[in-house]
Amino acid sequence: MEAEAAALLGKYIGAGLAAIALAGAGVGIGHIFGNYLAGALRNPAAAQQQFPNLLLGFALAEATGLFGLVVALILLFVV
Amino acid sequence: MSTDAHNPFSHSPMAQFEINRIVPMNIGGLDVSFTNSSLMMVITLGLITLFLMMSTRRGALVPGRWQSLAEISYEFVASMMRDTVGDSGRKFFPFVFTLFMFILFLNMLGMVPYSFTVTSHIIVTFGLAALVFIGVTVLGFIKHGFGYLKLFVPHGVPAALLPLIVVIEVISYLSRPISLSVRLFANMMAGHTMLKVFGGFIVMLGFIGGWLPLAFSVAFVGLEVLVAFLQAYVFAVLTCIYLNDALHLH
Repeated sequence: MEAEAAALLGKYIGAGLAAIALAGAGVGIGHIFGNYLAGALRNPAAAQQQFPNLLLGFALAEATGLFGLVVALILLFVV
Repeated sequence: MSTDAHNPFSHSPMAQFEINRIVPMNIGGLDVSFTNSSLMMVITLGLITLFLMMSTRRGALVPGRWQSLAEISYEFVASMMRDTVGDSGRKFFPFVFTLFMFILFLNMLGMVPYSFTVTSHIIVTFGLAALVFIGVTVLGFIKHGFGYLKLFVPHGVPAALLPLIVVIEVISYLSRPISLSVRLFANMMAGHTMLKVFGGFIVMLGFIGGWLPLAFSVAFVGLEVLVAFLQAYVFAVLTCIYLNDALHLH
């Protein structure tokens, strides 16, 4: 019984720790949009061409954080 | 969670990903049942076919509304391929276009309340990613023979670092299908779970306090539609980038 409770505790703490990865995604997305805005304000003519790259960077940055979320969800619902 | 998993109004945020057998089938011990996931894929294929057939049936010189929509989606993928792969990638356009439209429609139909999001299951996205990965690898070997292995040896790296770099490059190449599939799957699943959780908040807080999560929920639906499009786009772009590696090395 003790071991089961400890396993449950570890599961929930681990899921919480894994969700911290999303902080990195937030930093990354903010960095990408901020830098895009800074570049676009300096050179508005070139901004439109780089819009697809902005979206690509956004999606790539978001995905790395979501890997952490997947680990958290696996811990909560699968393990 | 298991007791009310079949109830679509269940409060569990994971119940929406439940796969139900509609027509149970079993061939040689292999479960090949027609599920709600298969049903959504069939609906998606039907909708895409209907959309493209009906919109281009007339083929007018001055396009109408539907024909414009079809032309925009064609031009969107075509220009993306021109930018990333170049002219030699033109013969792979049908593959990338099919992939893009399939994932886009699956994601968008998943946004319809009480429907099913096929791309929120990793086996589906992994199947698509494995198809891309194996196809690109075979293509690279056909095109360059064993010279394709030069992909793992970047130019201008000091010889002392090569053993390390080659190992890293091989690992990064092999992890492509995993990152490609997990990206799509995680985005869709996380988004739909979040929508369900916020929907639960609305019900829990009731008529008095439920307006705030309702406002968030509306904003999140907007974000999720953006993500649904973006993930289809990213999947197609990365496929193009991998194709470009296979065709031109780098």
